[in-house]
Amino acid sequence: MFDELRELYQEVILDHGKSPRNFRAIEDARYHAHGYNPMCGDQLEVFVVTDDGGHITDLSFIGKGCAISVASASLMTEILRGKTVHEARHMFDGFHEMCTTGGDDPLADLPEEDADRLQVLSGVREFPMRVKCATLAWHTMNAATKGINEVSTDDGQGAG
Amino acid sequence: MNAQADIVERIGFDVDAVRRDFPILSREVHGKKLVFLDSAASAQKPRQVLDAERHIYEHEYANVHRGIHYLSQVCTDRMEAAREKVRAFLNAASAKEVVFTRNATESINLVAASWGRTFLKEGDEVVVSEIEHHSNIIPWQFLRDEKGIVLRVAPVSDEGELLMEEFAGLLNERTRLVAITHMSNVLGTIVPVKEIVRLAHDAGAKVLLDGAQAVTHIPVDVRDLDCDFYVFSGHKLYGPTGIGVLWAREALLDAMPPYMGGGEMIRSVTFERAEWADLPYKFEAGTPAIAQSVGLGAAIDYVTGLGLDSIGAHEADLLTYANQRLSSIDGLKLIGTAPGKASVVSFTMDCAHPHDIGTLVDRAGVAIRVGHHCAQPLMDRLGLVATARASFGLYNTRAEVDVLTRALEGVREFFG
Repeated sequence: MFDELRELYQEVILDHGKSPRNFRAIEDARYHAHGYNPMCGDQLEVFVVTDDGGHITDLSFIGKGCAISVASASLMTEILRGKTVHEARHMFDGFHEMCTTGGDDPLADLPEEDADRLQVLSGVREFPMRVKCATLAWHTMNAATKGINEVSTDDGQGAG
Repeated sequence: MNAQADIVERIGFDVDAVRRDFPILSREVHGKKLVFLDSAASAQKPRQVLDAERHIYEHEYANVHRGIHYLSQVCTDRMEAAREKVRAFLNAASAKEVVFTRNATESINLVAASWGRTFLKEGDEVVVSEIEHHSNIIPWQFLRDEKGIVLRVAPVSDEGELLMEEFAGLLNERTRLVAITHMSNVLGTIVPVKEIVRLAHDAGAKVLLDGAQAVTHIPVDVRDLDCDFYVFSGHKLYGPTGIGVLWAREALLDAMPPYMGGGEMIRSVTFERAEWADLPYKFEAGTPAIAQSVGLGAAIDYVTGLGLDSIGAHEADLLTYANQRLSSIDGLKLIGTAPGKASVVSFTMDCAHPHDIGTLVDRAGVAIRVGHHCAQPLMDRLGLVATARASFGLYNTRAEVDVLTRALEGVREFFG
């Protein structure tokens, strides 16, 4: 049963959904925001620590969500470590495009390893009602690094 | 005798015959037979309702209450006949008390904006409950922000029962209105509204009942309930979207100012002043939902033809069966277990978030609702973000409960 859903729920997603990485609060994080998906009520908090050069040295999240949103948040905390805030936002743009329009290889200019890891979430594109689940953590990270403390997936930051 | 035949025998309800009236139920979703368990959000429509709307557009359509030509008169008669059906359905004293709106939400907003704005003042109290839909919370918050009224919230038990002692304790000389649901859209709880009306009236307060869920499951008699306002939507009662009802006592409607201004709701107009039309037209500005009101009349005929007692017995059987089947699933928790509840089953599973459950069972052709069900304060009260909800209507079957059960077992295997 549900074999056709293996494309959406790849093993990596089930793993991260069940055992999220960096699932903790960081006190005194440089950046911090609450993300909210009004459609389902899911809430996440994202914490970002940067060094003087703007590199992300630590990144974490807490909250409640479905397998897709938790896995996406967990993967994000692993992928963005060591990136600059600028790179993180750029990656969000590509990820968002991958989840919504698909575009012409939206992850083309990302390091291959990162692109491969993000690719596991591309299945949500076939499930419009689940796109916001996948993008919630990224919206929240993006808002946090811009000094916005509250963000909703309905705040008009793109279709996601 | 098989189980289905036994039910037909026992309560005189032939669900197979009923299902043939609903064309959509024969379609497939993702290559599977549709199992529609989301009637609490909006119910499917029988052929009788579809035919009534189609008939009026094909043979009788014109605007109402203003033309002297033949079709206008026919359509006016059809719409007023539908109003009379609503009157009889609620056992109201007069069709003048039946105001057509877009839906239950608009009906509540009408009461808040017209009656509330006119008769409530700073410090007056409105009592709602923890199991309200957002549509029976936000209009009163508007009024709180505008007029300085105070909102009081009656609590429910963990099982979803209204705590009557606590409710009674909220009533005092400042209580002007109790606005409460007749049935919870999330938990299926049937609220003891007759007792609530008695207590509220003793305290000198009016009572508004949100019947959006209840009217599809139990007979409603507004004179027996003795309430002051009763609201419901057509689309949950197997009728069209875009048509709803506000019933209120004639004296209250008489005293209330119009909600919207425009055509249809006036007797005479100059640029200096206007005189309002008689009830209920005073509250029906603009061209109304003509065909939809006729469709609602057909839906009421359909439901009363089957008999709400028979429908209720059929749904009670489904609820018992669903509770029994779903309880057998490891890690599944039923949310809302008030005695005497109606056929709405909310649940969570320890292996999967409601959103994931919804996506999976959809692939099995099963339509359920997942999320907060427009009742976030209730979710907060229960310590949940969301639930999955299967709601059963008159066309559902035990076999469909089995399909849901197998799908949920599949969810368990998938997320393990």
